[in-house]
Amino acid sequence: MMPRAYVPQALARQPWQVIIPLTMLTVFGGAVLYSAAGGRFQPWAAMHVIRFFGFLVMAMLLARVPRDWFKRVALPGYVILCGLLVLVELIGRIGGGSQRWLNLGFMTLQPSELMKPGIVLVLAWFYAMLPLNEVRGWRAIVPPLVILAIPAGLVMLQPDLGTALAISFGALVMMFIAGLPLWLFISGGIGASIAAPIMFFFVMHDYQRKRVLVFLDPESDPLGSGYHITQSKIAIGSGGFLGKGFGNGSQSHLDYLPEAHTDFVFATMAEEWGMLGGLFVLAVFTVVLSWGLNVAMRAPDRFSRLLATGMVTTIFFYVCINMMMVMGLAPVVGIPLPFLSHGGSSMMTNMICVGTIMAVDRWSRAAPRGLG
Amino acid sequence: MTRRPKLPMTAARLTQTFERRTFLLGAVQGGVGLLLATRLGYLAVAENAKYRAASESNRVNLSLIPPRRGAVLDRNGVALASNRADFRVDLIPDRLVDADATLQTLKGLLDLPPDRVADIKDKIDNSRGFQPVEVASKLDWDKFAAISVRLPELPGVIPQRGNSRYYPSGAAVGHLVGYVGPASADDYVREHNPLLITPGFKIGKDGLEKAFEVRLRGVPGARRVEATASGRVVRELGTREDVPGQPMQLTIHAGLQEYAARRIGLESGSVVVMDCLTGDVLAMVSMPCYDPNSFSDGIGRIEWKMLSEDDHVPLRNKVLRGLYPPGSTVKPMVALSFLEAGLDPHAAVNCAGGLRVGNRVFHCWNHHGHGSTDMSKGIYQSCDVYFYHFAQQIGMDTIAKMMRRMGLGGEFPLPYPGQSYGTVPDPAWKMRKYHKEWAVYDTVNATIGQGYMLVNPLQQAVYASRLASGLNHMPRLVLDRHAQPPPSMGIAQDHLDLVHAAMNEVVNGRGTAGKARLPIPGVQMAGKTGTAQVVGLNLGNGKGGEWKRRDHGHFICFAPFDKPRYACAVVIEHGGGSGAAYPVARDVMTYLFDQTKAMAVLEDYERQWGGNLQQRMAAKYSAYAAKFGATAPRAPGDDAASDDDTGDTRDDEPATPETDAAPPAPEPDPGPTPSAAAATPAPVPSGAPGQ
Repeated sequence: MMPRAYVPQALARQPWQVIIPLTMLTVFGGAVLYSAAGGRFQPWAAMHVIRFFGFLVMAMLLARVPRDWFKRVALPGYVILCGLLVLVELIGRIGGGSQRWLNLGFMTLQPSELMKPGIVLVLAWFYAMLPLNEVRGWRAIVPPLVILAIPAGLVMLQPDLGTALAISFGALVMMFIAGLPLWLFISGGIGASIAAPIMFFFVMHDYQRKRVLVFLDPESDPLGSGYHITQSKIAIGSGGFLGKGFGNGSQSHLDYLPEAHTDFVFATMAEEWGMLGGLFVLAVFTVVLSWGLNVAMRAPDRFSRLLATGMVTTIFFYVCINMMMVMGLAPVVGIPLPFLSHGGSSMMTNMICVGTIMAVDRWSRAAPRGLG
Repeated sequence: MTRRPKLPMTAARLTQTFERRTFLLGAVQGGVGLLLATRLGYLAVAENAKYRAASESNRVNLSLIPPRRGAVLDRNGVALASNRADFRVDLIPDRLVDADATLQTLKGLLDLPPDRVADIKDKIDNSRGFQPVEVASKLDWDKFAAISVRLPELPGVIPQRGNSRYYPSGAAVGHLVGYVGPASADDYVREHNPLLITPGFKIGKDGLEKAFEVRLRGVPGARRVEATASGRVVRELGTREDVPGQPMQLTIHAGLQEYAARRIGLESGSVVVMDCLTGDVLAMVSMPCYDPNSFSDGIGRIEWKMLSEDDHVPLRNKVLRGLYPPGSTVKPMVALSFLEAGLDPHAAVNCAGGLRVGNRVFHCWNHHGHGSTDMSKGIYQSCDVYFYHFAQQIGMDTIAKMMRRMGLGGEFPLPYPGQSYGTVPDPAWKMRKYHKEWAVYDTVNATIGQGYMLVNPLQQAVYASRLASGLNHMPRLVLDRHAQPPPSMGIAQDHLDLVHAAMNEVVNGRGTAGKARLPIPGVQMAGKTGTAQVVGLNLGNGKGGEWKRRDHGHFICFAPFDKPRYACAVVIEHGGGSGAAYPVARDVMTYLFDQTKAMAVLEDYERQWGGNLQQRMAAKYSAYAAKFGATAPRAPGDDAASDDDTGDTRDDEPATPETDAAPPAPEPDPGPTPSAAAATPAPVPSGAPGQ
């Protein structure tokens, strides 16, 4: 054992209990992508792991950013992201057809992805700023709803139901933990259960409505949109407890599994690694999420508490919806699985969340726990 | 505390709320995690077997290999229907992405004519989507390879090696053997077998191919491959060979069958040849006929137009579904019934050219009269008055009984649905059918094979054969070398000898068919002519004029007359009389004894007719194709030719029964005029080059 004194402070301070599991999960994801590409590092596996380490450095740097910078950047960041969403919409209109990303030359940026941590940050800033006795008044409710409605509406226009739901979920959880009256959420829940059918019949696009219907009964359309759910369940179910073995997944290799390297990567993994692989993935997420909530509990002030919880929620929403979708518990919405699915934007979002939690962790170590 | 908003909000209380709610959040997250783990266990462990099977059925693609169809052989083992290995291309409408573009590409690659492309489009429109549609078969390697190379841009197109049905003698066996074709949607509903929608598989559509489908089909082979979701084969896992269908051997003599078909020439007619001793059918020909080879490739619009517009009805099997008044061919058996009833064969009647029955005069075909006529002369001169006279004495019931014993009005156990069995009229029948009393003139008409009487050519052959041998056999088509010899009919041999001698006189003596003599030394043929009127004499004399109004020509015969072995019946529709029928019978019977002589005669005729069967059909087809091309109306489905199973063919009554004093058609030897056959050109579309 190396004496503690010889380890540089910057290294010793890192939350290794979460960085190591995350690295393991990402490398595991790389292995799954390697197999999905037919035993090749290209085009997915190598990029996936390289990206992770790149964003890990970014997250570590983010962790060193002072709290005030976060607060200062919250509102302007939110406004810029809304602007980018409008820009994406305009470019899509001019180019004909919908578009979700901006081409920056060196990478494609999906502003709606960044909006997920963005909304958490701006609401954390808002509630931290809000005078205490306003928490039960309309001022605690109406401005956040407006803040939510603008980006959620823009994303819905794209149309990207999955991301819009993720943003809304993040915002609602922020309101919940900010201490808004409980009756709001109860009556909101009742309202939602009334609004849902109305949404279904009047707001949703045909293909979205179909997805919901097919989710309720995938076998009704085994070759159409129920195909995704059915094939994914077959992949997971046929894996058994120990899986078919690395590189032996027939569902993914014979192209039965749609999006085998992105949204349905969990099914690709479970086919080859079985339930054991699935439990490993769940375990890593449990470690990461419970670490995040612990950090939030220990956080020194209201802003950082709300911020950390919001970031945890954002990651949780990805994991929850994606895994429920691939196992046939939720309709097919385009949400990737963090650290396993191939894709730069979602990796960046998740690493921003992790980096932000790490930052909160740093603040709580630097400052004694206060009531502010 | 949330219920007491009057208390001032403090940071501590907010933190407390936060902690409680975050804890709840964590609990919810933990709950979701447990739910996911449970679900994972349920799918991967509890339901593992189900999903493992589903994954296997995804991975392994079982493609059926259509079995080779059993051959149909003649009595000597010569193939009437066999299989030929070939390259073929099918397409599956459901899997087409852009049907028009794909068809255009195929048209270019395969040089398809426009009418063929139009046919394929019809089939795509009519098919149920999952049913394969044949694009082309019998392709050469170059075209097949050209398709195979372009396959990635032609989704839904399936090129493969397969076997196609081949009928070596073409149209000559069309009605006998039938044809095959892709299974229809109805077939698939009836028999939900994936083999039926396997590209390249054909099912029997008509004739024996349909009747013996189960026996001929065989068991499909299978190829197991690992294939991607889009159908690309990754690797072969194994192949099971098909089990070919069982061959079946017929009583047919292939050479004779083809000869008879060719000999009918341009006429519309039937020839049936039987072995008198066993009942084996040696030839059963109805011409003209479709070519089962091209029908099995799918019925094209030009072919359909050509066949359906032909007034010689090539789609109808006239042997079993053609009904004709038999005319004078009934006379030998009427004479037999007289003998059985005790009539002295030497009893004579004076024929003065007619006989008054009631208040009408029934004429003999020879208006000058035959003079004193006994039974023998009544047969060989075909004197009507002799039969008019004695039939009235003996009565219709006795005559009708003999007719039925000879097979008239009967349906035979042959593997063809919808045989038309015709009518043998008697008083009870007329009462049942028309609620009218039997009249004397009905007997008079029936004894010369007119009036209500209707027979089909197979019955004529059975009659000739039973008359020749005195054996009560049934016509047989499927060869059975161990069959019991047929029992005797119980007709006195001296009665038979007398009638045989009179029938020998018809051909070899003073009779009505002197030119039917066989050119074989030592073999004499006995026969009986028959001419059946189609319209009354007021509309035409039956000899010439409009084809549809000419008399039908009949001839029944057997040889050798003193030791009967082969019997034959010929019907030439609208041939203008028996003179059109017996030359055909003569040549067909000659073939049985001396093939070289018979072929020499036939080749002579075919030079006059403008080529043999295949050449004439090909010329007619190209004339039609040049004239109509793709503008011909679409063909009906591939079951078209067998559609009249249930159609109008069962009517066993004439459209206009000639019950009046029908003046019998003339019956003489037509003298040196060549067979009327040569004078009847096959109908060709106007504007087409003549043949």
